[in-house]
This record gives sequence, C-alpha cells and structure tokens, in this order.
Amino acid sequence: MIRSELIQKVYDDFDRLIATEPGDGRPTQAHAERVVNTIFSEITEALASGNRVELRGFGAFSVKHRDSRTGRNPRTGESVPVSEKSVPFFKTGKLLRDRLNDK
Amino acid sequence: MSDKTLTRMELSEAVCREVGLSKIESAQLVEAVLQHMSDALVAGEPVKISSFGTFSVRDKNARVGRNPKTGDEVPIEPRRVLSFRPSHLMKDRVAKGNQD
Repeated sequence: MIRSELIQKVYDDFDRLIATEPGDGRPTQAHAERVVNTIFSEITEALASGNRVELRGFGAFSVKHRDSRTGRNPRTGESVPVSEKSVPFFKTGKLLRDRLNDK
Repeated sequence: MSDKTLTRMELSEAVCREVGLSKIESAQLVEAVLQHMSDALVAGEPVKISSFGTFSVRDKNARVGRNPKTGDEVPIEPRRVLSFRPSHLMKDRVAKGNQD
C-alpha cells in the first residue's frame, strides 16, 4: 500500500465517519490527503524535536542516538570518521505483533 | 531538546486543527489510518509512505535461543516481524533536529 492508496481508503471512510462539513465545504479527497499528511508530518516533527510518539497497539516511534565511530570504506578499506547522529526508530506494538502471527 | 510523548490524542488534535473536522471525527480518522496500515501489514503487504518510510513484514526462521540468565536452550518458533525503514527525508529531518 502506498500513500495515495491510504488516502483513497481514508476518503472512502468519510461517508461512515464524517457528519459535519469541514470549514471550507464538502469533504473531498483533498481533505483525506490533509488528514494523512498531517498525521505523518506530525510524527516526523515530533521526532525532529526529540519527542516520542506512542500509538498503543500499533507501535512507538522514538529517536536513537548513535555515538561517533570509525567506519570503513568497504571498497578501499580506508577508515572514515562517522560523527554521532540521531536516527528514527520504530518498535512494533504488542497487538500488531500478535496479529502478524495470527494470535 | 524536549522529552514529551505524543499519543493518538495529539495526532487527533493536529488533524482537527489542520483539516477543520470535529475532535471525535479526527480521532476516528487517526484510528482508521492506523487500522488500514495494520490490515495491509497483516495481509503481508508492505506500506510505503513517500517521504516518511516503509513498513514491511519479514519472516523469521525458527532457531534455538538461550535464556541469558540461566543459559537454558529455548526453542524460538518461526515468526513474522515488522520492520520500519525511515526515508532519507525523515532521517535527515530527525538528524538535523537533534543536533546539539
């Protein structure tokens, strides 16, 4: 599933879930797109500010800090300094992990 | 760097603010998004969100594990695990935002 397919599914949910009209008229596919984009950009911005995002049952996004280290160019064997950095990390939630394994 | 934990609540509030839907509707839509993603993954389908990252399901073979405390051998059943690979954009954003 890609972003556009997710947006389509959310748009299909509008009939079932939305009674009121958004501020600017009838709910359209553009609103579904904003729903999906807002969720992902909110998660990215939270991580960029060093925060965690915990979505019970689905999983948790957090930031892991990696110390600086001496890496190696695998082709030449030359050592290259790799500076410390922060990387995004996702841990699957228990419910989803169980569902993946038919529990 | 702050140290907060965001939940469905903050995501719903953001949807409410950005899209202009009610709080309840926003909360239900956040839930619907997570549900659609979970359903695709449970069906074994990867979820690729451009400029965010890719969630994919991998099969792990059975192996013999060990209880690190007692050293006892424990069989580990074959299982399916979820992995998340952040996009370059997400990695750059997180690295830049957390620079000290």
